[in-house]
Amino acid sequence: MFACVFSLTVSRLRTRLSLVAGTLLFGLALTTGMAGAATLPPFTVAVISLASDPRYASRQLERAYPEHPGGRVLDAARMAVEDSAMELQEEGVVLKLRDVQLADAQALPKVLAELKLARVQHIIADLPPEVLSALVQQAPTALNGAMVLNVSSDSDALRNEACSGAMLHTYPSRQMLTDSLAQYLAARNWRKLLLLQGPLPADQLQAAAMVSSAKRYGLKILQTKPFKLSGDPRERDLFNTRLLTNEREHDVVAVMDSHGEFARTLPYATQWPRPVLGSSGLMAMAWHPQWERNGGPQISRRFQKLSNRPMQSQDWAAWIALKAVVAGLVGNPKADISQQLKQLRGGELFVDGNKGPRLSFRSWDGQLRQPVLLGHGDGIVGLAPLEGVLHPTEVMDTLGMDQKESKCRMRP
Amino acid sequence: MFKVFTNSRQSRICSLRSLLGMFACRSLSATVLAFALGATTARAVPANRVYVSSEKDNKIYVFDTQGQRVSAIDVCQRPRHMMFNADHSQIYVCCGDGNALGLVDTVSGKMTGSLPLDNSPEIFGLSPDGKIVYATIEDDSIMGAYDLQSKKKLFEVKVGGEPEGILVMPDGKHAYVTSEVANVVHYIDLTARKIVKNIRVGTRPRRFALTPDGKELWVSNELSANVSIVSTADQKVIHTIKFKIKGIRDTDITPVGMTLGADGKSVWVGLGKANHVAELDVATREVRKTVLVGKRAWGLAPHPDGKTLYVTNGMSDDMTLVDVVGGKAIRTVPVGRVPHSVLVQP
Repeated sequence: MFACVFSLTVSRLRTRLSLVAGTLLFGLALTTGMAGAATLPPFTVAVISLASDPRYASRQLERAYPEHPGGRVLDAARMAVEDSAMELQEEGVVLKLRDVQLADAQALPKVLAELKLARVQHIIADLPPEVLSALVQQAPTALNGAMVLNVSSDSDALRNEACSGAMLHTYPSRQMLTDSLAQYLAARNWRKLLLLQGPLPADQLQAAAMVSSAKRYGLKILQTKPFKLSGDPRERDLFNTRLLTNEREHDVVAVMDSHGEFARTLPYATQWPRPVLGSSGLMAMAWHPQWERNGGPQISRRFQKLSNRPMQSQDWAAWIALKAVVAGLVGNPKADISQQLKQLRGGELFVDGNKGPRLSFRSWDGQLRQPVLLGHGDGIVGLAPLEGVLHPTEVMDTLGMDQKESKCRMRP
Repeated sequence: MFKVFTNSRQSRICSLRSLLGMFACRSLSATVLAFALGATTARAVPANRVYVSSEKDNKIYVFDTQGQRVSAIDVCQRPRHMMFNADHSQIYVCCGDGNALGLVDTVSGKMTGSLPLDNSPEIFGLSPDGKIVYATIEDDSIMGAYDLQSKKKLFEVKVGGEPEGILVMPDGKHAYVTSEVANVVHYIDLTARKIVKNIRVGTRPRRFALTPDGKELWVSNELSANVSIVSTADQKVIHTIKFKIKGIRDTDITPVGMTLGADGKSVWVGLGKANHVAELDVATREVRKTVLVGKRAWGLAPHPDGKTLYVTNGMSDDMTLVDVVGGKAIRTVPVGRVPHSVLVQP
């Protein structure tokens, strides 16, 4: 529910205060602006996350597993509001942010009722798949039409059988991430994989995506082995990194570990000198603070300045999500939410994500097509789609579910 | 300022007139400076030169007009946009990581001083009298104005995110600035020091070219694969030129650099990821030809004789010499890492 319900930690309070200040400043800038008098009522975008999201527990943040979020995405949304100020001012549009931290999915009806009163129709969702699913089912009715932008879930199901016409995804799907890795491996001719899979449901989903990407790009998974975090000598074949990797034939070790603790122990700890990829080592990511092309340093620097931490993939996804909201409003701020959704999913509107090409949403599942960075903690070694990968119409659609494979039948 | 060639003269004069003492000696420096400048203009500017800034080598590489490497000049960190001063005795080079404008003496082939700018400057323009530098400052989203003589910042104007291209009108009263994030061109009144109008153009607008009559401002839109033409009379977009290249998808055509052709009748545009440059006809607004060059072609400059165009290829670390009439690449020569801009001295 709304933040005031919860006891505020000092840092959260600071965020909120600066947000209020940001909104105020933004309002001032508008009143002193020289063009486009604000005639429209202000638009409010809600940024919804879970109050007690374990990803944001302080100890968890301290571990800083690669590709896990580095903090809540509100700052990234704020940055996008600041970036868009001038463009919105021209349209006479005022955009505000509202930070909403839910207790759980049960709290949704009440929260949505409050958002309706505040005339909110745009939601940036930083939620686990099950809560996101509940939100996207309830929001369109509760808010009289809604646009939900998923900025942190990689769930393939939410983009296929469980998709929604009201949802857009700016975070890459798991299939996009594993396709990117597979393209890289195929381009290097590192075709034989040992797949290590953790016990969590998310690990299984990652492994399933990796298997289908391997098939797509002609890679061979020689063996799939389960791993487990343990110190029990009776099951050491499940956790000892040398025992797990002692066959010689594989070129690379792909580790599917949504939790991150096991994967962290694997690079340089294998029996044979083999690169590690997946949840550590070489990883596929939406953003990396060391991306130095296409104006990358500019947004990374702006984010660091605003948030005192490096920009991560989830931050990039939230930033570009808000820019997509802006793209939907600019040019036709009076369009209703379903028109905005149709335009965005129709591929007529583009956003600039500082990753090279202009980006648009796929009409079939609402996924933002985008280049995926391939890198490690230290830097970037490649960009998917890899050079030489071909597609009849749009090469970025070689990542993730293409139109013909998509199981999504929902349209806005 | 002008350290190398003023200091020696200054010290000599100071020692000659030691009776005057330090104070008087300092007060002389302006006179000495003027003398030194006069001396510079009297010295011949080296002819037959092409200068290329290399973002990652912190150098300006010097070639002859045939593309033979002559020398290299050490400059400030991450040199990008360059301009000659009026008599070409100096090159001003904007250093993105050095946060300064490097002052390069073309005769001695050395950087002789610098003008401090703000964080991450990219492109700049000069006032008609050559005294004021107007630079786009990427990190602070401002256009800054700096005095070359006093080396002081004069003022700044807040603009949209990631400002890049800048063009100061010949009368010095207005400037145009692109904002890559806000997708607008700002029309700035330099006297009132404020934005007069925001002109909505394409996605990620980058650079400018002004037609010789001063009536049309051409703007490259990197992510819309087109060029917007803005009327400088009423600040409205009056036309859009879309690029199409056979065998290349729209999303791979990313126009950035622009320059007027030597005769002023055409505009050349670097098409970035498409690895081509295009020649546009100013009168008919049509694409005359496209020429295959190197990877991520951004910077370009024509030889005043109208025969050759020099194109810097940022991702293949080289420069392509294009035969303007024949519409073909003549040769491509290696430059240092990430070449940005190019200047030609016939």
